[in-house]
Amino acid sequence: MKKLTGLLLPVLMIAACTSNHTGKTLPIYGEREPVTKALNSQQVTDTVYHTIPAFKFINQFGDSITDKSLNGKIYVADFFFTSCPSICPIMHRNMLNVYNAFKDEKDINIISFSIDPKHDSVAVLKKYADGLGISGNSWWLLQGDKMATYDLSKSFLVTTPKEDEKEKFIHDGYFILIDKQKRIRGSYDGTNEEQVKQLIEDIKTLKAEPAETAK
Amino acid sequence: MKKLAAIAFLLTAMGCFILSCQSSEDIEFKRHYAGGMLLYQTHCQNCHGKNGEGLSALIPPLTDTNYISKNRHKLACFVQNGANGIINVSGKFYEGSMPPSGLSPIEIAKVLTYVGNSFGNKTGLINLNQVQKDLKECK
Repeated sequence: MKKLTGLLLPVLMIAACTSNHTGKTLPIYGEREPVTKALNSQQVTDTVYHTIPAFKFINQFGDSITDKSLNGKIYVADFFFTSCPSICPIMHRNMLNVYNAFKDEKDINIISFSIDPKHDSVAVLKKYADGLGISGNSWWLLQGDKMATYDLSKSFLVTTPKEDEKEKFIHDGYFILIDKQKRIRGSYDGTNEEQVKQLIEDIKTLKAEPAETAK
Repeated sequence: MKKLAAIAFLLTAMGCFILSCQSSEDIEFKRHYAGGMLLYQTHCQNCHGKNGEGLSALIPPLTDTNYISKNRHKLACFVQNGANGIINVSGKFYEGSMPPSGLSPIEIAKVLTYVGNSFGNKTGLINLNQVQKDLKECK
């Protein structure tokens, strides 16, 4: 039996990776492990997926935002800083398209973590949000403990931000799509207009996915 | 026959020479514009956008033809040294800072020729001489 699972697992993993793009469901990213437990005197094997862990930050309105604030929501996350001279403007020009497509849908959120919380105070984030032209509660700009932010970035499977003399911070421009079970369902280059169009399509696909029973 | 061919060749060569003479400014313009487009894509487009549209109220657009033509002699300084403080473009106020570009004067001439003749702007060629003169006046 063990041998069989050993054989099956790679096959399943490959299938999970390849079968999705044409179908109606999105792939699930990250490490996964099978967990076997007893249910009604039978051995049942379930898969435990990589999920985004608990966090606590402050948004541009000064409200405390935790992972629980996003319970039951699909969301897109990215990492940025307001004084970023390189890729952030183009990321947020593209993110505005995502915002405009879903701002009236209550179960879809955008969260942008500042990787420069020292400069990006709540007031700075609010000013940035106003300048960007976003209002309401569908796009949160978050700041909090810097190390906690950098640690959390690992769970989104993006490059951990790094301070740099010339560019201030080095980070990547990925938009990460998270489902209602807090699993990673997509990763898109936020500086690429075409990939962001795909993200908008994928959010619609994800929204149409049949609701799973709670874990 | 050989004579005729020689004359024809000479005439064509002269024709080319005259034509190229006449359009040397045109060629200079095109060279600046094409080079400027590439520089724009790598150094400016992230913030100012593919079509010079800027970003909401955060980053000013480059589509205000009035602003560009009125301030054409200040543009080189902006590109070289960056810009800080409040700027009024198209009746809107923009606050923030633009970092220095790190471009050389000839590159500034190219990128300004591109910006100055794209997005609705029509400043014509902005060459190295002009840029060097403008840079001396930077505040």
